[in-house]
Amino acid sequence: MIEQVPLLAEINPGLWVILAGLICTLLPIGHARKAFVIAAPIFAGFLIFQINGLNPGAHFGGRLNFGPVELTTLRIDKLSVVWGYLFCLAGIINGIYALHEKCRMTDSSALIYTGAAIAGVLSGDMITLFIMWELTAISSVFLIWKGGDHAYAAGVRYLAIHVLSGVMLLAGAIMFAQANGGDFMFNEIGLDSPGGWLMLLAMGIKVGFPGLHMWMQDAYPKASITGTVILASFTTKFAVYALARGFAGEEILIWVGAIMTCFPVFFAVVENDLRRVLAYSLNNQLGFMVCGIGIGSALALNGVVGQVFVHVIFKGLLFMSIGAVMYRTGTAKASELGGLFRSMPYTAVFCLIGAASIAAVPLFAAFVTKAMILAAAVYDHHYIPFLMMLFASAGVMEHSGIKVPHFTFFAHDSGRRVKEAPWNMLTAMGIATFFCIYLAWPVGGYQNLYALMPYELDKAYVPYTIDHVVFQMQLLFAAIFAFTLLKRFKLYPAERRAEILDLDWTYRKMGLGIASWASAMWDRLSVQTGRLKTRVLGAAGRRLYQTFSPAGAASEATPSGLAAIMTAGLLFVVLMFEYFAK
Amino acid sequence: MSFLELIPDWLLIHGPAFLMALPLIMAAITAILPNKRVAWASTFIVTAILTLTAFSIALYNAEVGSTLYKMGGWAPPHGISLVIDALNAPVIVLIAVMAFITVIYAMPATIAEIKPNKRAPFYAAFLLSIAGLLGMVVSGDAFNVFVFLEVSSISTYVLVAMGAARDRRALSAAYNYLILGSIGATFFVIGVGFLYMETGTLNMADMARILADMDGGSRVSKIAFGFIVIGLGLKLAMFPLHAWLPGAYAYAPTPVTAFLASTATKAALYLLLRFTFFVFDPSYTYVADVLMFVLVGLGVIGMLFASLQAIFQTDVRRMLAFSSVAQVGYMLLGVGIATTASVAAGYLHLLNHAVIKGGLFLALGAMWYRFGITRTQDFQGLGQTMPWTMGAFTILGLSLVGVPFTAGFVSKINLAEAAADAGWWWAVGIIMLTSILALIYIGRVLLMAYFQSPPEVNGNVVDRNEAPLMMLFPMWVLAIASVVIGVEAGVMVDAATRAAELLLGTG
Repeated sequence: MIEQVPLLAEINPGLWVILAGLICTLLPIGHARKAFVIAAPIFAGFLIFQINGLNPGAHFGGRLNFGPVELTTLRIDKLSVVWGYLFCLAGIINGIYALHEKCRMTDSSALIYTGAAIAGVLSGDMITLFIMWELTAISSVFLIWKGGDHAYAAGVRYLAIHVLSGVMLLAGAIMFAQANGGDFMFNEIGLDSPGGWLMLLAMGIKVGFPGLHMWMQDAYPKASITGTVILASFTTKFAVYALARGFAGEEILIWVGAIMTCFPVFFAVVENDLRRVLAYSLNNQLGFMVCGIGIGSALALNGVVGQVFVHVIFKGLLFMSIGAVMYRTGTAKASELGGLFRSMPYTAVFCLIGAASIAAVPLFAAFVTKAMILAAAVYDHHYIPFLMMLFASAGVMEHSGIKVPHFTFFAHDSGRRVKEAPWNMLTAMGIATFFCIYLAWPVGGYQNLYALMPYELDKAYVPYTIDHVVFQMQLLFAAIFAFTLLKRFKLYPAERRAEILDLDWTYRKMGLGIASWASAMWDRLSVQTGRLKTRVLGAAGRRLYQTFSPAGAASEATPSGLAAIMTAGLLFVVLMFEYFAK
Repeated sequence: MSFLELIPDWLLIHGPAFLMALPLIMAAITAILPNKRVAWASTFIVTAILTLTAFSIALYNAEVGSTLYKMGGWAPPHGISLVIDALNAPVIVLIAVMAFITVIYAMPATIAEIKPNKRAPFYAAFLLSIAGLLGMVVSGDAFNVFVFLEVSSISTYVLVAMGAARDRRALSAAYNYLILGSIGATFFVIGVGFLYMETGTLNMADMARILADMDGGSRVSKIAFGFIVIGLGLKLAMFPLHAWLPGAYAYAPTPVTAFLASTATKAALYLLLRFTFFVFDPSYTYVADVLMFVLVGLGVIGMLFASLQAIFQTDVRRMLAFSSVAQVGYMLLGVGIATTASVAAGYLHLLNHAVIKGGLFLALGAMWYRFGITRTQDFQGLGQTMPWTMGAFTILGLSLVGVPFTAGFVSKINLAEAAADAGWWWAVGIIMLTSILALIYIGRVLLMAYFQSPPEVNGNVVDRNEAPLMMLFPMWVLAIASVVIGVEAGVMVDAATRAAELLLGTG
């Protein structure tokens, strides 16, 4: 197909998905929209495959010139192609999951959001990256707003933070490009220039660096059911891609990532809203990736790529299962759920598999990839980060691996008897489950994941050694044991209905206080300035009007005599200039 | 060059003479034609032939380079010569095409605006004006430039005065134009006289050679330059010598306004380029000083003042007329910076602005034709009552502002780049500022047209009443042209660059 239509190799496949989204905004027929929702990511994935086949390893296309700035809107190389496939796959699964929802806004914004993420990771220059960066933020905020009235403020906060991140990215990109002779290609950035720091900070916001992470736990749990699933797939992984491309091997990221793996554990354990628990656990997973990027060795980066790939799938699976529960019961609060395995057995199984995957149980997805990152940390002698990540791994087991399924499907019976999740949700979860197992299967499974990894290794990492399996099982059993012990002696924090504020306190409470004080002051001030302003502007406008209006001085009909004198005067001026010209 | 093969050889060789002879002769015949429909048809055919000729001459020029045509076989400096080179070939095409387009449009417009017994003379004067403009552009001889300048000017005074059937103020405007235009032409011919005194020749190429030998010449040539700049400045409506322009544009018949706005001032600007860079040279200090201080200074002041004035106008045609004065400022700025890139940008703006302003005036004429609209407040609801006309107006208006993917954007961005390259950062600021002012005066009208509902007459909302096809077609040709230039600017930019390279001797 690509041979017949060479133009297709010049157009970023993500743009087709965006186009489909735009069509969906106008399409009133639900079934047709759903066809687009499923077909567009498949088409984009197919195109990526075809284009990647043209120039394996490095395809550049869609070059545009805007004055001195050359844009390369399409780059498919070994790194970006993984994200391209992944986002298409996630788009398909999300589309199937959302099949039951008859909402034009969700369909179109999900498609535009997915397309922007695909186009973003496949873009070759920083300007296109910036545009897609902002587009992901703007299109996805509708998914949050679909969560209902209480989500409105969270959506606004989310949008503000992400637009800020985009602006910082653009500013950083321009500073960086200026220092590099106007080259806007997005490659290794590094932290030698202030532009680099600005870009790192922008990506840090989007990936949820400690201290910059609050939007994630604030907005994701408030979005609509399908919205959360879709949101969790793209934004942060897009930022991980940007970090891997621009800042691989920056030492500071090791520590940032290690801290990022640890701190959400505490919040996740005490949190009651299970979607919020998952948002914390998402944050923690991103920590592993950031840390791997910081280590920067080929093994670590391959681990990151693999981790991203499986993470999107198992994290999506967990969000989907909790979403399915919420769809049937109307809540995701741990304190109000329990015992649902009787009425939603399939969902329970899927959730358990997702939990096993995130906890890196052998034979389940993260087992291979997380181990690569940890191994890379050890090989490069980063022992303290290694221990921190080890602690976090146990924490993951604790809150995502045990807490989420336990409180939802087991624990004390909440007495709810609901129907099993709709068929389309089950299908989507089934597909995700298949990948969770397939991509970690010891024979003919994880090798496929390896084939996608961008960097050559002297010796492929072998995950299924006796040592590793035994070590991992010990860690997991210790975590389970700790959980049981704490539950037994009633030391485990009970599920309470409470909203936990962490750093978002700074802006949700203190910021609100400052803002309301400032607005009161501003009101008073603006009365004064308003009076002054009208007076000044009025005077200026009057003056302009008096000069330039048809009734004004400049428009007085010039009699030809006066005009002739003016001509003579001007001639005199010109002659004077010439006379005194040197 | 398959197109050129279709053109007979004699037309290519004698084309320059043919360009001005044909309309001159046909003007005389048209004047005595009894039937106004036949008069229109003959004008239409003449302009069609002229367009074809202009195109083939331009293509031929692109192929073989500059050509010199000796009138009657007499070689210069004694005989009269006609020159076709990269500088005037695009202007010839511009004049011919604009003439052709306005003639199509004139068919319905004259029926509304010109008294029946004046229509044949109208077309005759129109043809004369075309002959004069083409003549002054192709002529290689300074005195003949003056002659044709007068031919075109006098016929234009007549044309403007013919607007009296619509608005009596056309008479005073034409009178004003007559006085000032004559002063301009006189200044010009005085300048040419001084030059003749200094160099002993009237042939422009010869003048240039002799002046260069004399290293710019004595004080006489300085005075000559001063007179020529002011004379042409008056003709091209350089601020503050633009007093004649708003009246003439506002009250002339619509096709005349469109034709004048897109060709007359442009031909004068072409002459200014020809004299400052070709006959004289910016390497003479007095030329450089005048360029730097007078042309740029007046250009920039004009850009600001005229734009502000345009904002406050209540008559739409006067608004566009002031906008024309402002746009002349851009071109003068480009000329004044005097680098190849800037002159190319100024030249490009000359061509683009002709397309844009011509189209805008055509659209305004159609609005007057249907609804008698002259004031800005009458635009309310035009987006519904005349959607096609308003569509063309919108495209062209945005092009005037300089929205990306339009002709105006291409020339403004080129000019800004040229100014920045020359280190004239303040000029870039002025260009941006005046573009914003342009956005205000165009936006004001567009808002009125699209966001207000049509007015009610006797309790009924005014119905849709689109302009006739013969009016829509010309304005849409120009609107589409402005977008095509904006998207695919290569050809135009190349032509402008070649002209600038010829002028500055850098090609």
